[in-house]
Amino acid sequence: MASAAEVNTGKIDAVPEAVVVRFAGDSGDGMQLTGGQFTLSTALSGNDLATFPDFPAEIRAPQGTLFGVSAFQINFGSREINTAGDQPDVLVAMNPAALKTNVEALKPGGLIIADSGEFGKRNLDKAKYENNPLEDGSLAKWQLLSFDISQLTLDAVKPFGLGNKEALRCKNMWTLGLALWMFDRERQPIVDWLNQKFAKKPEIAEANIAALNAGHAYGETAELSGPMQKVHIPAAPSEPGLYRTITGAEAISLGLVAGTHLADLPMFFGGYPITPASAILHHLARYKEYGVTTFQAEDEIAAIASAIGASYSGSLGVTSSSGPGIALKGEAMGLAIMTELPLVVVNSQRGGPSTGLPTKTEQSDLYQAVYGRNGDAPMPVIAARSPADAFDCAIEAVRIAVQYMTPVMLLTDGYIANAAEPWAVPDMSDYKAFPVQHLTEAQDGGFKPYGRDEKLARPWVKPGTPDLMHRIGGIEKAVDTGHIDYAPENHQEMTEIRRDKVMGVAESIDDQQVDLGDAGGKLAIVGWGSTYGPIHQAVRRAREADHNVSHIHIRNIWPMPKNLGELLKSYEKVLVPEMNTGQLKTLLRDQFLVDAQPLNKTSGQPFLIAEILAAIEENLA
Amino acid sequence: MNEMTKVTTLKDWETDQEVRWCPGCGDYAILKAVQRTMPQLGADPANTVFVSGIGCSSRFPYYMESYGFHTIHGRAPAVATGVKLANPELDVWIITGDGDALSIGGNHTMHVLRRNLDCQIMLFNNEIYGLTKGQYSPTSREGTTSPSTPYGSVDHPASPCAFALGSGARFVARGIDVHKGLPDVLKAAHAHKGAAFIEIFQNCIVYNKDVFEEFAAKKTAASTQLWLTDGEPMLFEKGEKGIALDNENLTLKVVNVVDGDWEAAGVIVHDVTNRSIAHMLVELPFGEFPMALGVLYDDPKPTFESAVVEQNRLASEGKKPDLQALVSKGQTWTVKEGRAEL
Repeated sequence: MASAAEVNTGKIDAVPEAVVVRFAGDSGDGMQLTGGQFTLSTALSGNDLATFPDFPAEIRAPQGTLFGVSAFQINFGSREINTAGDQPDVLVAMNPAALKTNVEALKPGGLIIADSGEFGKRNLDKAKYENNPLEDGSLAKWQLLSFDISQLTLDAVKPFGLGNKEALRCKNMWTLGLALWMFDRERQPIVDWLNQKFAKKPEIAEANIAALNAGHAYGETAELSGPMQKVHIPAAPSEPGLYRTITGAEAISLGLVAGTHLADLPMFFGGYPITPASAILHHLARYKEYGVTTFQAEDEIAAIASAIGASYSGSLGVTSSSGPGIALKGEAMGLAIMTELPLVVVNSQRGGPSTGLPTKTEQSDLYQAVYGRNGDAPMPVIAARSPADAFDCAIEAVRIAVQYMTPVMLLTDGYIANAAEPWAVPDMSDYKAFPVQHLTEAQDGGFKPYGRDEKLARPWVKPGTPDLMHRIGGIEKAVDTGHIDYAPENHQEMTEIRRDKVMGVAESIDDQQVDLGDAGGKLAIVGWGSTYGPIHQAVRRAREADHNVSHIHIRNIWPMPKNLGELLKSYEKVLVPEMNTGQLKTLLRDQFLVDAQPLNKTSGQPFLIAEILAAIEENLA
Repeated sequence: MNEMTKVTTLKDWETDQEVRWCPGCGDYAILKAVQRTMPQLGADPANTVFVSGIGCSSRFPYYMESYGFHTIHGRAPAVATGVKLANPELDVWIITGDGDALSIGGNHTMHVLRRNLDCQIMLFNNEIYGLTKGQYSPTSREGTTSPSTPYGSVDHPASPCAFALGSGARFVARGIDVHKGLPDVLKAAHAHKGAAFIEIFQNCIVYNKDVFEEFAAKKTAASTQLWLTDGEPMLFEKGEKGIALDNENLTLKVVNVVDGDWEAAGVIVHDVTNRSIAHMLVELPFGEFPMALGVLYDDPKPTFESAVVEQNRLASEGKKPDLQALVSKGQTWTVKEGRAEL
């Protein structure tokens, strides 16, 4: 990354440390697929990487339009990569709309590869270009390589007798072939994948492979002419071991399965389709042999209500959604808090309010997670920082839920859910089990459904257990017995117990660490969630320039680590970059009376390293 | 439905909690009918779960010595779905009311019925919101005056049994809170494997007193109530009247039966599996016809939870859960001394 930003000459450096490539095309052009396969081959080459899929909310927006552009950005390198990169070095533009919406992000001197076959009058009109930018000199500050990818693809797949439309669908593989050549990648994994994907339609597989090979061969011959060069990025140094790429949605799904296994419980997942959270339901629906039952409910409320019912029956109930769906689940979360049943609620945040930006990322549900329920309704909240981190966060959410008999909110966002990164496959024997014991016999002194253990958790009794019949519900419960009780002193006591129980979770979490830099100093950059990458890189660069700045990243949003207040007070300044209008900043001020200052971005796009770096310099000036 | 036979008595099903319904409320009669019926079903309190929503009726679980979950408004069917899917062995009863099941929870009622979750759904219909002090409900008749409709309600009421049947219910029945026929309806519902929907006319003596009197009153019951029994002719008025098919209009009609010869009068024999007749029975306009009561429709088909269990089993067959293998799936590579290998 760092080096990529420094490459500012005409050509891509012969051996840069990192390169950012963005594939952009029509939403029907298969850009996400191209990006995904390029990611895989990059990971197999041993580069560290981060990706950023950026696609429209419309499934198939009208062809060629500006709002129908779908893009996939990947940053890969021979050193640690934490973000998808500020500015692309290479932009692959499959049509005029893709060029128009993406070219301004391209680094000056960067390379544009464009499909000239798509730059006819009709598409130029749709992209609101008066003249053909490939010909009018308007792209002069970048390097331009344009050739008729559409025609080259048609030529390559001609022997397979496909219709024009089907043949043109192979364009993305032609482009991928070119990219594979350009960055010295193996084609074989893609060939294997195509053969597997189109096992039932071998002619389609062969046509795609032919397109892939043709794109690759084109690179070989075009090298002689101009800016097109083969670039080899050496493998990033990484710990020996087994690796795979993983998206946040996959990591959460795997973490939930692992968590319920460590808790020795079956999992029940109630979900309702919503972007960008649905992928978790899709993944879990395939893990039935791991004791997972998935239920696509009639709505968001039924999704959480069924999960609560399953927890009552002795499984671990899990539900997942995005902001609007989480809002609908609010009343039911209160029920889980009141009945003190374990539950994991995953919120893949997106831009809001209301429908907002369904496919774009934001961190604006922090207030909703911490405060967003009627009554005094405390609930632990955890936030994942990256796709790989989501695995451990999901396990932690399960642990807290079952050990404290409470719903737990796990926050991720659209960026984490969709983005991929290499993941060192964990050794599961390193994880400590926390098996759940359902209560099967009355406690000493008689059965108390709302009796407490040392964590203030009440016992978990499964229906079907002889002699422990009891009733629970949303009405205030009497201490110990759980009978209906509206008495003033009882509500006071129960409210305090619920609060103390959740605040007590802080006893079981690690102290807040400083992710980069020193404990104490001039400036702390405090983040949470998916801003980890840009904050970390910005702080690293600032420190290399001898700035006194540290990075603190908070996983446990509620309750917060016990040492956090003191830690924050050991810095002269605290700056909180967030993709919202300052929600964590408010929480930190409220909890610790520290003068946390906001740095906010709500464009639906992740922070750039440069934006945070600029704020650091401003604060230290 | 569940293969459990436990010897209990009515007393075993009573809790130590003080019942908090208004004196004279029809809910008391329903509670007693259920507590009296449970021993006859051989039900095991430890294996029985009552799940309710919000409203007067939904306090019911607190008074049953079994497992009970008083949930949130309208959501009992959704909670019950999770309860049953997580443990299909449990005997699940849903207690709801007209507002709970047909207004705020209409969506869940529809889906629990179409999915055919194995449970009994008792809808206490009193045509009013009692717990919030008397507003008109989705089953209130047009013109109902209430605090929220001082000039009378103007919307058309929902018909619970027609809604249930339209949602795909495979068991639809009706009872009356104080009527001795209620336990038999409950037993039939319990014997039905699948979602069994029971509308119980329940008298709210405070906010909607005697709203069902025109057919619930004992004195006139012979002419206003049509109790249906599978395999028996549809007779009422001490056998002097019956229900026949109006072939020309494809509707039902009331016919006179002379000297007990119901066959000659064309009276039809109740077949609980006849869905077409069931559609007519749930829609019979009261007045012109008596109120159809008892088991209107009962034709089981496979249940939701059994299908889920079976699919989980088939999908897991021959696969051994191995967490290490699971996290290692997908396209992986190994790093050895800084070099990646496939």
